[in-house]
Order: sequence, then structure tokens, then C-alpha cells
Amino acid sequence: MTIREIKEALGARVVYGEDFLDREVHTACGSDMMSDVLAFVKDQAVLMTGLCNSQVIRTAEMMDIICIVFVRDKRPDETMIELAKEREIAILATGHRMFGACGILYEKGLRGGSDYERYH
Amino acid sequence: MSDTIELKYEVSTEDFTRAGEASSDVKKKLRQMGVPPEAIRKVAIAMYEGEINMVIHANGGTITVLIDSECIDMTLQDRGPGIPDIEKAMQAGYSTAPDNVRNLGFGAGMGLPNMKKYSDEMKVETELGVGTRVNMKVFIPE
Repeated sequence: MTIREIKEALGARVVYGEDFLDREVHTACGSDMMSDVLAFVKDQAVLMTGLCNSQVIRTAEMMDIICIVFVRDKRPDETMIELAKEREIAILATGHRMFGACGILYEKGLRGGSDYERYH
Repeated sequence: MSDTIELKYEVSTEDFTRAGEASSDVKKKLRQMGVPPEAIRKVAIAMYEGEINMVIHANGGTITVLIDSECIDMTLQDRGPGIPDIEKAMQAGYSTAPDNVRNLGFGAGMGLPNMKKYSDEMKVETELGVGTRVNMKVFIPE
């Protein structure tokens, strides 16, 4: 699934990264706890979160996450957007809540990529 | 890359926004050096968790990174209270972080477990009232 398809499915606004919309996303993760993200995320992922501070961008940077979706219309500040620009991480914002946003993308075929999900 | 490169960072607790700058810089430098991506990711995650720990639990400190052709060696020395029970602290989900830290997205009790998971070797030395020293090694595959 591309970032553009995620944007359309969630009716999301592009905060930063119009140029990256055709990048391919392989897996997804929804969490407000950054340590959970650091423990489990796989390659070329999208992160959905209701947490809105600079450490979200840093966590994405460390994990090579290519897109962050802020749920519940959270708005990243200028510092966060600058950090995302330096690292070429796309940022979207949607009015959906976490459960709804994850459900929509799951329905479209996106998965979390965990072994548990594969075998249960 | 036969010589050893040494990088040193001062980790301050003044501004939470800046936590992670050292890890970010190391990641950038390793990429410039052409270190394989999987090793870079392991270093970045392990060091970032350690750096966050230094900021939220331990009054900051210093990070020294030694890089040669075989290994990335990170030493994180903090000025914190020390860890009373390391075995407990190593358990996934065990946390002593206050609520304000959880509101920032950390304190899930995954810091040390993640550091262990992503490093190839980890050693923790701690002294109550003095501080904690964590050494982590990530080996670069041939």
C-alpha cells in the first residue's frame, strides 16, 4: 500500500511529504508508547499514534519508519515538522481515532507483520 | 576503516525535545561510513533507548561510541540514582517511570529489554547513589 492510499483511506491531510506519497508501506503499527514501537516495528512501516511530541519523530527515525499518521487530529508543531523534513518522513493527520484508523487500514489489507499475527 | 573512531556526547536533561540527538548523529555517521543498515538500526535503537533512560531516570551523562571495522561499542555513563534490582529492571514491562514520563510515550518498561534485544553484548554496572554504566556492543557482519 502506498502513503497516498493510506491518505485517501483515512481522509487524512498531508502535513509534510507531498513528494513521498508514492512510497510503498509494508507494515503498520499503532501505539502511543514509543518503547513498544521500538520493540516491534518492521521494515518500511507506517506508525499511527495519538502521541504528539518530538520523540515520535525520533523513534520513527531510529526505526526507519517512512510515514507517521497522527490520529484524533493531533497537530505536530514546527520543531517536529522540521525534524521530519530532515529525515524525509511523511506526516499525515486524520480525524479518526486510533481504533478506527487501524481498522480501516487493516481492512484494506495492511498488516502489523508480527509472527503472532501470522500464526494465530 | 582499520582505525578506531571515537565519538563523545554529553546528554543533558534540560530539554526533552533534544533527547535522541546523540543517537541520531551516530546513525547519520554510521550511514556515511557505509556500515550495513541492519547493524545501524540495532545501534540506533539500543542507543536511543539508553539515551532516553539517561534523560528520564538519570540526570543525563556521557555517551562514548567507539567504531572500528568489526564492532560498534557504546558506553553510556549516567549520573542517576543507580538501579536497585537489575534483574527486575531487565524484565519486559517492569517500570519505575512516573506518569509524566508515560505521557511522553516512554516508561513502558521496555527500555533495558530493548537495549538487550538489539545489542549483541550488553553489560550493566550500577552503584546506588552514584550512577549506572551500560556498555553495549553491536558486531558488524563480514
